[in-house]
Order: sequence, then C-alpha cells, then structure tokens
Amino acid sequence: MEIYLDNCATTRVCDEAAAACLRAMTAEYGNPSSLHRKGLEAESILTETRKTIGQMLSCPPECIRFTASATESNNLAILGSAAARPHGGKTIVITAVEHSSVENAAAALEKKGYTIRRVHPRPDGHFAVEDFLNAVDDDTLLVSFMMVNNEIGTVLPYETLIPALRRKAPKVLLHMDAVQGFTKYPVSMKRLDLDFLTFSGHKLYAPKGIGVLYIKKGTRLFPLAYGGGQEQGLRPGTEAVELVAALKEALLLCQRDGRLWETKYRALNQRLREGAAALPRVSVNSPEDGAPNIVNLSVLGIRSEIMLHFLEEKGIYVSSGSACSKGAKSPALAAFGLTPERIDSALRISFSRETTEDEVDALLAALEDGIRRLRPVIEKNGKELP
Amino acid sequence: MNEIILFKYGEIALKGLNKNVFEDILLRNIRWRMRDLGPMRLRKAQSTIYLEPENPDAFDFDEALDRASKIFGVAAVSRALVVEKSMEAICAAAPKYLEPLLSGVQTFKVETRRSDKRFPLKSPGISAETGGALLDAFPHLKVDVHEPDVIVNVEIRDFAAYIHAGSIPGAGGMPVSSSGRALLLISGGLDSPVAAYMMAKRGLALSAIHFQSPPYTSERALQKVETLCEKLTPYTGSIRFYCVPFTELQEAIREHCPEELFTVIMRRMMMRVATLVAAREDIRALVTGESLAQVASQTLDALYCTDNSTDLVVLRPLIGMDKTEIIKIAYQIDTYETSILPYEDCCTVFTPRHPRTKPKLHFIEKAEASFDFEPLIRQAAENTTVKTIH
Repeated sequence: MEIYLDNCATTRVCDEAAAACLRAMTAEYGNPSSLHRKGLEAESILTETRKTIGQMLSCPPECIRFTASATESNNLAILGSAAARPHGGKTIVITAVEHSSVENAAAALEKKGYTIRRVHPRPDGHFAVEDFLNAVDDDTLLVSFMMVNNEIGTVLPYETLIPALRRKAPKVLLHMDAVQGFTKYPVSMKRLDLDFLTFSGHKLYAPKGIGVLYIKKGTRLFPLAYGGGQEQGLRPGTEAVELVAALKEALLLCQRDGRLWETKYRALNQRLREGAAALPRVSVNSPEDGAPNIVNLSVLGIRSEIMLHFLEEKGIYVSSGSACSKGAKSPALAAFGLTPERIDSALRISFSRETTEDEVDALLAALEDGIRRLRPVIEKNGKELP
Repeated sequence: MNEIILFKYGEIALKGLNKNVFEDILLRNIRWRMRDLGPMRLRKAQSTIYLEPENPDAFDFDEALDRASKIFGVAAVSRALVVEKSMEAICAAAPKYLEPLLSGVQTFKVETRRSDKRFPLKSPGISAETGGALLDAFPHLKVDVHEPDVIVNVEIRDFAAYIHAGSIPGAGGMPVSSSGRALLLISGGLDSPVAAYMMAKRGLALSAIHFQSPPYTSERALQKVETLCEKLTPYTGSIRFYCVPFTELQEAIREHCPEELFTVIMRRMMMRVATLVAAREDIRALVTGESLAQVASQTLDALYCTDNSTDLVVLRPLIGMDKTEIIKIAYQIDTYETSILPYEDCCTVFTPRHPRTKPKLHFIEKAEASFDFEPLIRQAAENTTVKTIH
C-alpha cells in the first residue's frame, strides 16, 4: 500500500504528460533551433505550450519563458530585475515566509548592498495589505511575494494587494511566486497586473525540471546565463522540449478537471480536520481559509521526523516542513507565530487529484496508532536512579 | 610502450621468516583492488611487487595509481617503463618517456639501483650516461644533485631495466587482513570511519555493525552509513556490513532505566549485541571511534562500564586524538562530507538531558537488573541482517 500525501513536494506525473514526454523524446526529438522539419516539429511543441499557458493566464504567449525550475524562475525575476536596473531602487520587499529560492536570492542581493524588507504575517497568521504598502517607498525596486504559502497553505491577499501596490508605487516591479497556487486558483494577468509570475510543472502532474516565468511585455530583465538566443535570450540553452510537451498535457488536465479537484480537496480537508480534532493533543496549523489541498498539523510531543518515519513504515508519505530543505527547521513556521513545540512536531499533508477519503482515514488511523505507540516512549523520562 | 607499476613495501620488508605470508596477503589485496582494470600479471621479487598489465596501452594507469596509493602495506608506488637491460636501450628510451615531465622543470638528477650485479656498468656510470642522454635531449635542463626538481630512477633488476620518475608515497601500514579481522561499531558520525581507517592501516580486515532504530532514525541514516563504508573500501577492502534492529532495545532502556544512564546502558547493549554478532565470524575484537572525554559516554568511568559488558578486545584508535585531528583524517579519506549530513542516528535518539559523566558500574548493573534485557539482546542479534559492501 502506498499513500502519497506529499503533493506539495511533488506530484505523480499524469499518464498524458508521461506519454507526451516519451513521444517528444523518441519521435519529435529535433532541436527547436534546427532549420529543418524536425526542428520545426519541436519548435511547435514550444509554441503550442506557450499558447496553452497564455490562455490560462490571459496573456500573450510570448510573455512565457521556460526555465528548469521555479527556483530558477524566481532567481531570474529577482536577480535579473536588479541587474537590469543598476541605477534603480535598492530595496527589495519580500515576505518572511518565502520559499528559499526567493529568500536566498534576496539575501544574495543584500550582500551586494541592497536592503531587504520582510513583511511578517499578523498574529492571526494573515498578511495585511497595509503592511506591504508601509514597506514600499521611493527606493523600492521589487516586491516579491508568494501566492500560497507552501508550508501551511496561507493564501496571500494578492487580489487586493496587487492593485494597491500599483496605486501607491506604479514603478515598483511586482513578482508573485505562484508555485502552490497556480491551477488551484484562477490567475489572470488581465486582472492581476504583475511583472513576473512563477510556477513549475512538477507540482501539477508534469515532470520535474520544467519551470515557467511569465514576464510582462516591456519589463526589462537581464539573463542569469549567456549563450544562444533561446527564450528571447533570457534563458539560453537548448529547450527541454519533452518536458514542455509534458507540461502542456498536465496543464490541459488541470484546466479540465481543476474545479472538480477543488471540491474534493475541501471535503478531504474537512474530513482530516475533523479527524485530527478527535486525536489527543493534535493541533492544526493551517488557517481555515487556507488552500484546501494543504493541511499542516502538529502532533505535540512527537518530533516531526519520528512521526514521518513511523507513517512511512505504514506506506504513508507526508512531509515535515518543506521538502526542499530536507528536514531543516522552518523559519516560515516561526514567522507564522507557531510555538517551538508546534514547529518541532509539524507535519504537512498535501492532497492530489488522486487522493481518496479512504487514504485520509488511513492517515488518521496511522496517526492515532503512532500517538499511542510513540508518545509514552518519548515522554517517559526513565526511572529514578537506584 | 611497455609500462608497469612497481609497489615497494615498507614495514613488511623487515619481517623475518614469515615475510612471505605478508607478501602473499599484499599481493592478494592488490589483485583484488585492481580486479576490474583488465587482465594483468602480478609477481614479487626483491621487496617489490610488479604489476604488469597484459595490454599496457589500454590500461588505466592513473586509476591504478590512485588505487595503489590507498593500499596498506605499500611504502611507495611508481609507474615505470620497462626496457631491455642495455645502456643503448636505456639512453634511447629515457628522453622520450620522460619528456612530458622534464620539459616542465629546470633541474634533475639520475639515481640508479643495480640489483643485478652482472650488469657491466656500475651505478654511478649508469646515472652519468643516462643523465648525459637527457641533457642532450633537453638542453634547458641542468643537473642538480642536491635539490633537483625531479629525480629520475633507473633500476637494473633481474628481468629487465626500469625507468621512472616521481614515485608517489604509499599508504604505509600493514596489508589488510594480515592482522586478522575486527568488528567496527559505526554510527554515521565523523569518528568511526576514521577509526576504521586507522585499524585497517595496522592490517585489520573489517566487518561493520550499525544499529538502526526506525522510526526514530531514517532510511537515509542507514544509507549514509553504507555510503561511509563504500568510501572506506579503497582502504579496507570489502566490508561485511551488519545492520541491527535496535528500536525495541532502545525503547526498553527508555522505559526501565534512569534517564541519566541511558547512553552508557545503550552502549553496553550495543556491545552485547556486537559480541554475539562477532561470534558468527569468530571475531575477537571490536573497534570503536571513542576518544577520551569527547562526550559523556567517553569518560574513563563510562569506558570502564562499557568495556565491562564484553569480553572481546575493544580497540579505540582515536582514544588520544583531538576532534581537529580526527577531522583532518576524515577529510583525507573523503568521509567528512558524508559524515556531517544531518540525519539522526541511534546514538542521538533519547539523549538524556543530564547524562552521568562518572557512572558507577554497580549503579548501572542495578539499573539493568530492573528488566530482563537478555531476550531482546538475543533477538536483536538474531534479526541482524548482513550484506557485503565492496
């Protein structure tokens, strides 16, 4: 039995995407830059996928650049913006709960003399638009924020935030890391006036190794690497055509069934929360109005890794903190105001289109089992000295 | 071009009538470490082992030399050209063979060893003639007998003459398995791989035993230890790797013993399981990475209590070393980066808040008497799995 509940880390590639990937590797294997027919064949995969994404984001296809990961997209947006504006503002505004690819790209600029302002969530765990507005001033180059937090599922108020920032500081660049939100919530570049938007394929049933950066028409950016002119010079290197082909199929699937999944996630979320409430000393860290596919909870007293490995023995896979940092303590959870005890015992459960009620029930039963078996051992302090 | 590799041995050359035994073990070790590099001949003569690839042009000498430098029992290794035993042949071959080396240096000298005393010219004469040939071929070179950039060696031996320059130091020590076999307790930290290296250097073949406590420890922790063993094999040869399911014993200690004594009692349980597993291979010594006073379980009192739980010899090659010295060796044998990966191992699960630094044996025996650990110890040893790591 395998119950995979770590879909915010990565998802199982859907059959359609895997088939498209194989086809592109074995039949449509040309180099998009080649002048012959095989090249054209491969190039049209890129063109078609750009169109699909363009439709989903309501933006012209040429605004879409393919990269190797969301990490690369985030770096390109942040470092590339700064590099293109040597005489521009020297302050970058981010949130205190960003993914390390935003946090560390900003930290790299900090070392070069930029000022980084980190907007914190309010004590209730939500972000206030006002706090962003207060952080922005004449010296601000870029505001970068995530759409949905990857660890507990908090949704940022991007729909009001973006117009508010535009009104206060029309020249400031806006970047949204939509890795956990894209395809889960509608994202239209007609309604959201962003300069950059990031997402990646492997969180939405496409393979690992493909990222996307939306760049608003007319927004200048310097590349991070130099080479041939691919992706309009911004991301040189032969395009990963097979991954782009797979991405298209995965996106079409999300477009077709996304609504159904959302309803299902809400039901699973509810079921898990109710089940967790019945377990002794388990508290849910995710906000009620967070992304329905993410439930972060703490089994107090049992360190995350121990419960994670206990569940693993039963074939159930969840995450402790964010998978990217391999178990390192999460600064984001602290920023959300979680107590050290909660952070130490936090588990992230994240659903996919394939998750079932039975799987959630099996998780709850396993958690109960683990609590019964592990808590007495861990919380025992041994006998007195003889 | 007919090239070979020469292994000169150090300490075993001093052995007496049993020297042959050591040589044969070293020969066998060399053959094993080079086994996948293609067909070759190995033979020994005059305190040297000759490795002769059957197809020298296709032989990966760089890889072979790298491996050779990690084989214990070898004092120095050189890659040499084989030539006919005549001054004409030597003077004709030397310039071409040494060109890549000599064209980049300023000074050199030639040293000759003539172990075949039938060769007409004596050593100084051979050196002078060879040096002359090299000076003719490389006019930029000068001879410097005191501090040359390069020493060119000419050896006149029984079968042929050999030309080489720049021998590399060997790993020293004694050939692995010439001193028998021991069982290494390996956790995944910095110390135990270094301890393994040190004991292999003194000729011990090694088996390793690791204690696993799922779900308190992870699959990655096990993988890390296996990686460490793999990194040791260039020095130690194959390692028989035992993995003990330790969870139940650890939980029982947690339940029945005072917290302050957890670590020492856990060490004693490990020793007991290791002793049972060692008996499977008729092993009479355990190796640990303990260093005096490094942590609470490595004080003299704690070590006394630990030793008291086994009748095997416990070897602690790091006992007098500082952490910085240990880290230096860990870097050298390339285990450092793996060792510092942050996965929890069985030793850090249930760490007491205030461990006893001076545990008394009678206290510990009393604490252990509160529960019958014996069946769990036997069960852990019985359920221990084994595999060979090459």
